[in-house]
Amino acid sequence: MSETVLSLDGLTVRLPGGADRPHALSDVSLSIASNEILCVVGESGSGKSMMANAIMRLLPNEVSIERGRTMFDGRDLCAAEPAEMRDVRGAGIAMIFQEPMTALNPLRTIGDQIGEMFSIHTKLSKTEIAARVQALLEDVRIPDPSAAAKAYPHELSGGQRQRAMIAMALALDPKLLIADEPTTALDVTTQAQILKLIRDLQQRKKTAVLFITHDFGVVAEIADRVVVMQHGAIAEQGAADKVLNDPQHAYTKQLIAAVPPLKAPLPRLLSGKHILTIDGVSKTYRTGGFLGRGARVTEAVKNVSLHLPRGATLGIVGESGSGKSTLARCIVRLIDPDTGSILLNGKDWAKLSRDDVRRETRHIQMVFQDPFASLNPRRKAAELVAQGPIVHGTDRAEAIAEARKLFELVGLDPSAGDRFPHEFSGGQRQRIGLARALALKPDVLVADEPVSALDVSVQAQVLKLLAGLRQQLGLSIIFITHDLRVAAQICDLVAVMKDGAVVEQGLTAEVFGNPQHPYTQALLAAIPGGDFTCKRDAAALAGE
Amino acid sequence: MDAVKRYFRSPAAVIGLILLLLVIAMAVSAGFLYPRDPLALAGRPLIWPFSNPRFLLGTDNSGRDIAAQIFYGARISLLIGGVATAIAILIGILVGAFAGYYGGWVDNVLMRITEAFQTLPNFVLLLVLVAVFGSTLTTVTIAVGVVSWPAPARLTRAEFLSLRNREFVQAGKTLGMKDVQLILGEILPNALPPVIVYASVVMAVAILLESALAFLRLSDPNVASWGNLIGLGRDVLRVQWYVSAIPGIAILVTVLAVSLVGQGLNDALNPRLKGR
Repeated sequence: MSETVLSLDGLTVRLPGGADRPHALSDVSLSIASNEILCVVGESGSGKSMMANAIMRLLPNEVSIERGRTMFDGRDLCAAEPAEMRDVRGAGIAMIFQEPMTALNPLRTIGDQIGEMFSIHTKLSKTEIAARVQALLEDVRIPDPSAAAKAYPHELSGGQRQRAMIAMALALDPKLLIADEPTTALDVTTQAQILKLIRDLQQRKKTAVLFITHDFGVVAEIADRVVVMQHGAIAEQGAADKVLNDPQHAYTKQLIAAVPPLKAPLPRLLSGKHILTIDGVSKTYRTGGFLGRGARVTEAVKNVSLHLPRGATLGIVGESGSGKSTLARCIVRLIDPDTGSILLNGKDWAKLSRDDVRRETRHIQMVFQDPFASLNPRRKAAELVAQGPIVHGTDRAEAIAEARKLFELVGLDPSAGDRFPHEFSGGQRQRIGLARALALKPDVLVADEPVSALDVSVQAQVLKLLAGLRQQLGLSIIFITHDLRVAAQICDLVAVMKDGAVVEQGLTAEVFGNPQHPYTQALLAAIPGGDFTCKRDAAALAGE
Repeated sequence: MDAVKRYFRSPAAVIGLILLLLVIAMAVSAGFLYPRDPLALAGRPLIWPFSNPRFLLGTDNSGRDIAAQIFYGARISLLIGGVATAIAILIGILVGAFAGYYGGWVDNVLMRITEAFQTLPNFVLLLVLVAVFGSTLTTVTIAVGVVSWPAPARLTRAEFLSLRNREFVQAGKTLGMKDVQLILGEILPNALPPVIVYASVVMAVAILLESALAFLRLSDPNVASWGNLIGLGRDVLRVQWYVSAIPGIAILVTVLAVSLVGQGLNDALNPRLKGR
């Protein structure tokens, strides 16, 4: 048995008065051995990040450790002096964060920032440091390590930045690496590479890894042992196999069940009539340059042609930068496409004037990604929903009454209309956004990543609502997502986008069951925990 | 209502509010406490304060009651401060909102104009305006407002630039709202808190600008203002220093009160910024 690197013993962290619960962490006890990956999984607000910060003693001022011990290297970190903590951080325990762009200093080169680890904690000479930095960058398999050392953070891609962060974290061979959602901001294919890298490095260096995530797919991919957190307390912990395949606690079961299956449901009968036809739409951005010379040209959307049958759901999937959001904004005319036509109800929507778009906009409505940013914080919920009809000439009192009915439709309490957006949870806000889009009784709904900011259990509820409404109101939906599992659940048709172009499209079951394009195949293979969900779904099928 | 509670939790903000209410009370009660014209001769010139119970704060070099002038002066200072601030904020919001919302050449033109105003020291510009249009109370007030708008305009523009691409504004566009509806109904209410807070700075500066004008005897000489009194006191500054000092303290207290209220508003409206 390998030695224990870190153990938490009854760690309790108090939140300031006025928070939603008195303790961020209550009575958390766990231990990590060397050469193992312990995954801490939980939904937002479960206290998992607070735990990482409590271990590193990086808590905000008004939050304090009430009791408990954090034993590391034979001493209690909870009682350590600030000077001692500085020695531990970086050298003993290293940390990587969710968003490498904000965790790196934009004004200094990558090599400089990694080298800083050595100049703070060791007495190596400059040339030795440069050599060590080079070796580290090779270790994390950054393409062209010597160029990467001279690059500034903005010159690297998201995945490369995260590799640089890992190199920095591993610089001093720490005993423990804390990874706080390190792959959440990355695309699936990059995520798969980074997960593999962390696993490889961990096995080679025998480091202990505390891996914080919200995604059970990632857990299935990487974990040796799992800790499930709920409301700041541990709900369940044990070996990864055991927790994933035979969960004991009701909350764990619920979380695992909420991970959407990758298999598409049985195809529905689709109408032969197309409500929306997109033909050869392109959008190119030009930035910089003088009188047309030296400008940077970005082809965001390249000659995209798609059909949306009446009553169907068309999924547009792709990684960040694939142009799917730009396409969505072209379809609702938030952005004017350069070329191509968008036929909606027989009218060419792409060529309408601004005034006509304003008038016709009730036929096509949009649901946005971020439930926090998409609602005006200064308006009450009922007003937000009623805004659309009021703009289009409905009497105010009547519109508000209609809004309350819509609240019921999207599963909100009609009396909640007098509250402001910040008084709702993320999932509830997304329901308000949906009600706002539905208030104009659109024919087509364009949903831009409507569930990607939500926890899995909430995600499942919102998807179910959307599927129900589609049936009830005969909506046709364009559903944009980066998450293939979500697309598989709700879409009848999918189109896969890469670098602004559609590389493959067809019925969901066909595209996901028998992908033709290599990029689609790579996307599907990169989904974390693919085997695990397949096994689970097979078991569920056998159980029926 | 949370904002009100947060406001009253800060002792500095409460002190500021009390001081400001005192100045307002002075302005309101002036006519009642001193029914006579404050600029009329009242007694012997240059009576020291607290030496004659009839003239609690003494008299100035022409024998006018300083206390009466201070009370009536509060009216003028508050009037000029309030109206000039309203003018400056209104122009500022208009310019800033259009520049920030439309961007492109609209932004370029409006910002170059703003810069032209900002590069000129605003007191020099104020002197020019007063020299050209004369120094009545109305022209002075408008002139102070006209030289104070660039800063609020820049602030509003910055807020609009960051807000106009937010999803809730895009959502408003997809609902079919017109630009005016988006600017006034969606963006402006969210952009307003920092501008309101900045208004307290504008008001403090406006009061000081008027005093500075009056000190140079370029403000309206037919009203009792604190600046006029300081200007008069200049002639006897070495001996009867109180003639200038008393209105000086009044200005100090008013500007301090307005600043404290502004800081309190800032902390109350943007609670997350507090304690940084």
